[in-house]
Amino acid sequence: MSTVFKKSVPGREGVWPEKPRTEPRDFIDENLLRAGQPNLPSLSELDVVRHFTGLSKKNFGVDGEFYPLGSCTMKYNPKFTEEVAALPGFSRLHPMTPQLPGGGEMSSGALEVIYETERLLCEITGMSAFTLHPMAGAHGELTGALMMAAYHADKGNKKTKIICPDSAHGTNPASASIAGFDVVSIASADGIVDPDQLAAALDDEVAGVMLTVPNTLGLFEKHLPRIVDMVHAVDGLLYYDGANLNAILGHLRVGDAGFDVVHLNLHKTFATPHGGGGPGSGPVGVSEKLIPYLPISRVTRDDAGRYKLKYDYPKSIGYVAPFYGNFGVALKAYAYILRLGAEGLTRVSENAVLAANYLRKRLENDLDIPYNRLCMHEFVASACSAQKTCGVRALDIAKALLDRGIHAPTIYFPLIVKEALMVEPTETESKATLDAFVDVMKEIMEQAATDPESLLAAPVNTPVGRLDETHAARAMEITEDL
Amino acid sequence: MIPNDLLYAKTHEWVRIEDNGEATVGITQFAQEQLGDITYVELPSVGDVFSAGDEMGSVESVKAASELYCPVSGEIIAVNEALDDAPEKVNASPYGDGWFVRIKLDDEPDDLLSPEEYAEIAQADH
Repeated sequence: MSTVFKKSVPGREGVWPEKPRTEPRDFIDENLLRAGQPNLPSLSELDVVRHFTGLSKKNFGVDGEFYPLGSCTMKYNPKFTEEVAALPGFSRLHPMTPQLPGGGEMSSGALEVIYETERLLCEITGMSAFTLHPMAGAHGELTGALMMAAYHADKGNKKTKIICPDSAHGTNPASASIAGFDVVSIASADGIVDPDQLAAALDDEVAGVMLTVPNTLGLFEKHLPRIVDMVHAVDGLLYYDGANLNAILGHLRVGDAGFDVVHLNLHKTFATPHGGGGPGSGPVGVSEKLIPYLPISRVTRDDAGRYKLKYDYPKSIGYVAPFYGNFGVALKAYAYILRLGAEGLTRVSENAVLAANYLRKRLENDLDIPYNRLCMHEFVASACSAQKTCGVRALDIAKALLDRGIHAPTIYFPLIVKEALMVEPTETESKATLDAFVDVMKEIMEQAATDPESLLAAPVNTPVGRLDETHAARAMEITEDL
Repeated sequence: MIPNDLLYAKTHEWVRIEDNGEATVGITQFAQEQLGDITYVELPSVGDVFSAGDEMGSVESVKAASELYCPVSGEIIAVNEALDDAPEKVNASPYGDGWFVRIKLDDEPDDLLSPEEYAEIAQADH
């Protein structure tokens, strides 16, 4: 498929822009005015409609097909939140408004949404205060790590290290490192944090430990109470990476479990689309002792119920984002939380965990499952046996799924499982969809045993076939045509 | 495939020690197999000095980016510049054309593994 520019036919027209009623050069400096005509394609309206509809048909999306890579950006997001975010009272509000003298009153509805979303996230997680400023998960991690550094500096603690387990999301060590810490990695035992390994790595210079619970293997950290005590004993802080919060919603409040800093991914847990690089939101919650270090601005509510932005927090780490973070994303999450309520959010985690365990049990004889026990919202399978016996790798299985109209799960992560396939069905899929996925996986594994060559050629039913990923990485070439 | 005439590090590098106090370093067959198709190798510069266990570069494959550790202490006297344009040499010939660096040794290396010891580690990691 060629680009819209290549389809251009001189003289063909679609729209006739209105002649401006004012003369641009009355308002714009001469040297900023365009010298010639803009390079726009000449096409009819129908040409343009067909071009973009054609492109959209090449897309693979959760609105069309099953996407078992889960809340990691791609779970289904109910559409009503889009309607709420599109309400003109919100969507047309200028972000400077609350900062004008008296502007708080002109934007009190939006400020109330920020205030109330923070309050609801506190209720859900058991933290004492939240900021909505960070624009995505890793930004939240950095904000959290900077607050940990500010806390220790304020107390006069000499803290140089942050500990991450080897199952951590790659962004955890990266965020800790950017915040100025040395990163210490500890090996897991039986898929979870090993308290003995942790004890060996803990000393007075440890600023904190970053944990994802459940971890990237979909396993709950069953030594959590002990880990919390060990870290607090050296005045370290416990950081909770909320990437997998949808596994414990309504069942465990991480603040109650002893975590000091928490980031959530509204775009993973609270139904705000993020796939394809759309805006994310990574709010950060803290325990009481870290409140002074939260970024500015903060929304306050006075006794008369009026909302205002406040900036006067001398110990704050300062600004981490322009304005108030991705407000529209927070708004969708607010609507989602209110629509589901406590009961609905609890059912989210129950359904997410049930769906993952159902798939794990039904596929345990077809795939290797290295930590095959009760899991949370996801499980990690391995294609090691298939690789050894018939030369079929996780990559080939992923491509074969594409051929059958199912998106591939995350592959080759976490790194501690060889030939990993990380399957996360999420809470929204019906049993019929899960069964269809099982049937397809069984068919693929059968094919791997009987006709491995055909899998190595997959996909053949997609707009483009097997891409040479190695060549693409070694010698990138950018072309216009699809 | 673990050659008998080399020594090994736990982090999957091999070392060929020569009589003149120099050593050649690369990554093992096992390491390249686990990494998959290698797309980029970041090597240190000639003149850099490392202690055994220091991070000296990285290896990127289609699956992941991994640190490259210096298995011995000494100064880098040559790097395999051919890998800049042809990182696939590491996959094709990890013990030959796919070598990474040559090092002038500070002293007699210790803590390296024999082929037999390394074979056990590679087996356990599999």
